[in-house]
Amino acid sequence: MKKLLLTLLFSTLCGSAAWAEEPAARGIDQVINDAISPVSNAIVSVIFYSVPIGEANLPLIVVWLVVAAVIATVYFRFINFRAFGHAVELIRGDYSNPKDAGEVSHFQALATALSGTVGLGNIAGVAIAVSIGGPGATFWMIVAGLLGMSLKFVECTLGVKYRNEYADGTVSGGPMYYMSKGLAEKGMGGLGKVLAVFFAICCIAGSLGGGNMFQANQSFQQLVNVTGGEESFLAELGWLFGLVVAVVVGAVIIGGIKSIAKVTEKIVPFMAIIYCATALIIILFNITAVPAAIGAIIGGAFSAEGVAGGAIGALIQGFRRAAFSNEAGIGSASIAHSAVRTKEPVTEGLVALHEPFIDTVVICSMTALVIVITGSYTAGGGLSGVELTSNAFASAVSWFPYILALAVILFAFSTMLSWSYYGVKCWTYLFGESRSMDLLFKLIFCVFIVIGASMNLGPVVDFSDSAIFAMSLANIVALYILFPVVKEDLQSYWSRLKSGEIKKYRVDHVGT
Amino acid sequence: MDTFLVGIDGSEGSQRAAEFAARCAKFRDAKLIVAYVIEWSPYSFHTLEENEERHKRREEEIDRAENEVLAPLVASLKAQDLEVESLVRHGHGAEVLSALAVENKADQIFVGRRGQTKLQALLFGSVAGSLVQISPTPVTVVP
Repeated sequence: MKKLLLTLLFSTLCGSAAWAEEPAARGIDQVINDAISPVSNAIVSVIFYSVPIGEANLPLIVVWLVVAAVIATVYFRFINFRAFGHAVELIRGDYSNPKDAGEVSHFQALATALSGTVGLGNIAGVAIAVSIGGPGATFWMIVAGLLGMSLKFVECTLGVKYRNEYADGTVSGGPMYYMSKGLAEKGMGGLGKVLAVFFAICCIAGSLGGGNMFQANQSFQQLVNVTGGEESFLAELGWLFGLVVAVVVGAVIIGGIKSIAKVTEKIVPFMAIIYCATALIIILFNITAVPAAIGAIIGGAFSAEGVAGGAIGALIQGFRRAAFSNEAGIGSASIAHSAVRTKEPVTEGLVALHEPFIDTVVICSMTALVIVITGSYTAGGGLSGVELTSNAFASAVSWFPYILALAVILFAFSTMLSWSYYGVKCWTYLFGESRSMDLLFKLIFCVFIVIGASMNLGPVVDFSDSAIFAMSLANIVALYILFPVVKEDLQSYWSRLKSGEIKKYRVDHVGT
Repeated sequence: MDTFLVGIDGSEGSQRAAEFAARCAKFRDAKLIVAYVIEWSPYSFHTLEENEERHKRREEEIDRAENEVLAPLVASLKAQDLEVESLVRHGHGAEVLSALAVENKADQIFVGRRGQTKLQALLFGSVAGSLVQISPTPVTVVP
């Protein structure tokens, strides 16, 4: 992996050199594209090894994720539905001891993890799913979101349970730690180590791919789109946009300028609310078209006409985009959730149930409904990604693309910050926690922003998909092995909750 | 024996509140609980790094409140022969003081005030103002 990174770094440098000789800006974009495409194609063809089913190709990795989500849902007896209400109470803080106030709350952990997952997957990913898989893909996205809740529960519980707590009070957690520590408890220390290293490598690639290049690329596309499309003065300046974003991201993650991060963390939830509110308004204005849209979504799920591979094609697209959007089974959220200090790791898992729900079942469905209602996906022009969503919203609210462009850039920015953190955690897990290693990764991360912004959509989406999905290869093996551990903890927690041993504190809060 | 709860934030106003509470406590032979509330909301948004360091920061905040504000105050109150207890909590000032009053069966709460104008109170919120509204026990606001 190190070698690959070096190659990529080197090719970027070559790119800059080529540009110096040949001032045409197109040059640098092309050079970067040409340098990356073969590498990304090679990785993609391995991760997305597919078996043909009728006309459609079913990537085995999608089967891997869906089967794990189904097994988790059944094994934990529909924890996604049965604990839904209790999770709301946990997030509200009903069970938080006021004496522990000041620690990261369940709400904060969820909000932070969400700001890492809510982003382009919800806007661009849905559009890709619907444009390739038809409206029916939406149905399968929702199904995948609901099933993904159970997987997310398992990985976040484990993340908290097996995290490292250091003497200075800081914590590090995530799949690398439950793989190495959890599997060692089961007498599979060797396998655990191998999985942890494999996961960390994939997470680093995912952090640079889906968590970085995809974000930079799509936010640039959107910026070009609102500033005049092909004629935009920015159209050929992807590398420049990338450079600007890289400097801002660098200022936060390397320069430690917390104020930028703080502002983003506050604006992102606000943007998400504006996005959902606008989607709702568009849906309400077209309320008469909603039954037909829902009909198309459900109908298309089982018999998709005009979609490559029919219903199977819709299913594959839906599952694939859902997994990319909510990251259930991928393991990334487990890193984010493990900062919570709780006596019961299970509670953090239960809170995390809501992540795929909000991300996929709520936000993705809204995007999909707007795209289907406005009929933008059939309008022709071969639009995909953010442009399709932007078009769909614009057909109802003409000025919305500007807000969407801003939202996309902010979502992309916050997702990049989250993934840079995941990447750093895995990097330092592999190479040791030192300042220089930390800095080296962050520099590489910034370079990849420039690369991502310069590339065409295709290679970027494929590479980011493949890197992020590869994380699930190791993660899900570890999850299967640790399922019984989580089940034991869950049963103990659930029986104490039912017997009243675990009490609500909120009653004390009321000042009467 | 009565229990008086005093809200402390290290300001001059809260110092005056503590002095006034001490005078009342001597008169009524009451026990004093001095509480430092560190402003904190479980619903604010954090970055991942902030979450990771939160526990450490919390300990530091509590340490600072205990050593720099509460310890000298408790010492001076004890020197006046009063029974004093001290504690530090995170949360919303008025809500936490109300909850502490219930928890410790306090008979009265003493707080200082910041002397805010209407606009300032509107912008920054007023602990004394909201405490008066939600407190389960009588509140004395010391000017």
